[in-house]
Amino acid sequence: MTAIAWLRQRLFATPLDAAITLVCAYIVWRISVPLVHWLLLDATWHGTSRDDCKGSGACWVFVRVRFSQFMYGQYPVPERWRVDIVGALWVLVTAALSWPALPHRRSATFAAVLVLPIVAIVLLHGGWGTGLRLVETREWGGLMLTLFLTIYAGLIAIPLGILLALGRRSCLPLVRFASVVFIEFWRGVPIITVIFLASLLLPLIMPTGFDVDRLARAVIGLAFVIAAYMAEAVRGGLQALPEGQIEAAQALGLGYWRIQRMIVLPQALRIALPAMTNEVIALFKNTTLVLIVSIFDLLGIAQAALADPAWVGMNMEAYVFAGTIYWLSCFALSQWSRRRERRLQHAHGR
Amino acid sequence: MKFLRDRKVRDILWQAAGAVVLVALLWFFVRNASENMVRAGIASGFQFLWRDSGIEVPFNLTGYRPSDTILALLWTGIVNTLLVSAVSIVVATAIGFTVGLLRLSRNWLLSTLAGVYVEFVRNIPLLFFILFWYFGVLAALPTPRESLGFFGVAFLNRRGLSIPTPDDLTGLRLALLAIVGLVAAQWALARWARARQARSGRDFPTWLVGFVTCGALPVLALALGAAATGWDVPTLRGFNYRGGFVLVPEFVALFAALSTYTAGFIAEAVRGGILSVRQGQIDAARALGLTSGRIVRLVVIPQAMPVIIPPLTSQYLNLIKNSSLGAAIAYPEIVAVFMGSALVSTGQSIEIIAITLAIYLTLSLAVSLFMNWYNARHRLVTR
Repeated sequence: MTAIAWLRQRLFATPLDAAITLVCAYIVWRISVPLVHWLLLDATWHGTSRDDCKGSGACWVFVRVRFSQFMYGQYPVPERWRVDIVGALWVLVTAALSWPALPHRRSATFAAVLVLPIVAIVLLHGGWGTGLRLVETREWGGLMLTLFLTIYAGLIAIPLGILLALGRRSCLPLVRFASVVFIEFWRGVPIITVIFLASLLLPLIMPTGFDVDRLARAVIGLAFVIAAYMAEAVRGGLQALPEGQIEAAQALGLGYWRIQRMIVLPQALRIALPAMTNEVIALFKNTTLVLIVSIFDLLGIAQAALADPAWVGMNMEAYVFAGTIYWLSCFALSQWSRRRERRLQHAHGR
Repeated sequence: MKFLRDRKVRDILWQAAGAVVLVALLWFFVRNASENMVRAGIASGFQFLWRDSGIEVPFNLTGYRPSDTILALLWTGIVNTLLVSAVSIVVATAIGFTVGLLRLSRNWLLSTLAGVYVEFVRNIPLLFFILFWYFGVLAALPTPRESLGFFGVAFLNRRGLSIPTPDDLTGLRLALLAIVGLVAAQWALARWARARQARSGRDFPTWLVGFVTCGALPVLALALGAAATGWDVPTLRGFNYRGGFVLVPEFVALFAALSTYTAGFIAEAVRGGILSVRQGQIDAARALGLTSGRIVRLVVIPQAMPVIIPPLTSQYLNLIKNSSLGAAIAYPEIVAVFMGSALVSTGQSIEIIAITLAIYLTLSLAVSLFMNWYNARHRLVTR
C-alpha cells in the first residue's frame, strides 16, 4: 500500500473522517508544542542552584542536584557502592540465567533465587558481623527501595501464589478451604489497609522483644496481597490445561508433587505468564503505597523533595522525572511480556 | 501400620496436622497480642465507638460535628468513600467506553491517540496521579479572586470547586419522579413492542422512542425542575466564595485521578469485549440485510456485553478499594478518618482494623455476588 492510499484509507476516508483527523491533529499540535518547549527547548539543564533556572521551561537542575537522592534515598554516601554492587549482581545473574545455553540452567536458577536475595540483604544492611557499616532500613529510599520492595515482595508472592493456586484446586477440602479464604480475603481489601495492618499488627502479634523491621512489614503486607492476585493468575493457566495431561501422568504412576512439578506447572505457568507479568507490574506500581507508613520510595522521595525551601515550585519537574521512570519500567515489562506471548503463539503454530 | 498406606486415611491425617499447626500459630499470635496489649495498657472491646470523637472532618455530607460519636465519624467516612466512588465510577465509565470505542476507530490518528491514553495511564501508579493532581495541578490553580468560572455558577480555584446548591428539593424531586415514570413507560413499551413483533412481525422504533423518553424528556424535566428551584449560587465576597457547596481540592484531585486512571482499564475491557465478537457474526448479519445500527444493537452488543461486564465490575470494585488512597492527601474517607484519626486518638488498632477490613470485605462480597448472579443470568446460550 502506498503512503497516499494509506492516508486516504486511514485518515481521510470520508469528509467526517477528514474533519476528525484535522481537529485531532490541531489539538495534538496545540498540546505538544508548549510541552516540548517546556520539557526540552526552554528548559535549563546546567547549574547548581535554583537561581540558574531563568528560562520559562523546566528546571532540570533540580533533578540533577537531587539525582542521587532519588536513586538511593538517605543511604549514606560513602556506602552507596554497596547498592551499586547489589544492582550489578542482580543484572549479571539475571542476564546469565536468561542465556538459553547455560549448563544446568534450572538448578542454577534455583540456587540463585535462594542465595542472591540473602547476599543482597546482607550487603545492603551491613552489620551482623560482616565488618560492613550498619545501614538501618529507615535510611534506604528512592528507586533502590522501589526495586527492593518489588523484588522481595515478588520473590515471596510468586511461590506463595503458585501454592495457593494449587491449593485452590486440591482434592483435600481443608486445603481448598484455607486457600480460598486466604485468596478472597486479601483480594477483597485495599492494599493500603493491608500495609497499615502489617505495620500495626505484626509487632503486636510477635513475642515481646522480637521486633519486625518496618520495611519487612511492608514487604510482607505487599507480598500477601500480590500472592492472592498471583494465585488467580496461575489458576487461569491451570484451568487452561487439558485434564488428559494429569490423567496420563497418573496412569504413568507419578505422585502428586511430581505431576505438578514435571507436567502441570511447566505448561500452566507458560500459559499464565502474561497474567503473572501483569501482577508484577501491578506490584511495581503498588510499592508506592508504602508512602502511607512513611517509607520513602521513589515517589515518596520525589514528594518529600518538594518540601525543600531551596527548591520551591519544582512540583512538575519532580513528578515528570518520577513518572517517566515508572512509565518506562512498566511499559518495558508489558512489551516484553507481549513479545514473548506472540513468539510462543508463533512457535505453537497458532 | 497398614492403614497408613490408605490414601483416604493419609489425606485426613495430613489435613488434621495442617489444622493443628494453623490453630497453634493462631493461638500463639493471639496470646502475644493480648500480652502486648496488657503491657501497653491498651483497652479492648467496642465501647469506644460510642465515645465522643473530638475529630474535625472538614468535608462531610452527614452533618457530623466533632462532638458526635466515633460511630458517626465512621459513618461520615463511609459516606465520603461512597460519594467519591460513585461520582468517579460514572465518569470513568463514560471516558472508558468512549476511549475503548475510539481505539477501534478506523481513523488512525483517533485510535492512536486513544491507545496513547490507555498506555499512559495504565503504566503509572495511581498514587502518582493523585499526588500529581493535588500538588501539581490544583496547587497551581489561581486564587479565589481569579477563579476559573463555569457559566457563572461554578468556580474552580485552589480552595476547591464551588458549586451551587438548591434551596429546596421539591422541583427536583418532582423531576426525578417524572423520570422514573418515563423509564417505566419505556420498559412497558419495549415489552409490548417485542411481543407484537414476535406475534405479527411488525416492527416498532423502540430505540428511537427510547431516546426521547429516556434521554430528551428527562433532561427537559430536570431543566424545568432546576429552573423552578431557587439556587444558592456561590459569589465572591472579599477573598473567598460564599454560598453554595465547596467540593474540597482533596475531593477534586481524588475524583480526577480515580476516574481518569480507571477509565484506561475500562477502555481495555470494552475493546477486548468488542474484539471478542467474531467478524463472521457481523458478516452474517450484514448478509441478512441488517442495517449497521441494528448489527451493533442486535449482534455486537449482546455478545460483547457478557465479556465486558465481569472485568468492568472488577474495575468498579478496584475503584472503590482504590478510593482509600485518598488518605494520602487527607481526603476524609474510611481509611483516613477511621484507620488514621480515630486509631491515633483511641489506640485500639485491632478493633479498628477489623471493622475497616470488614467494611471493604462486605463491599467486595456484595459486588462479587452480584457478578455471579449476573453471569449466571446472562450467560450466552450456545448450541
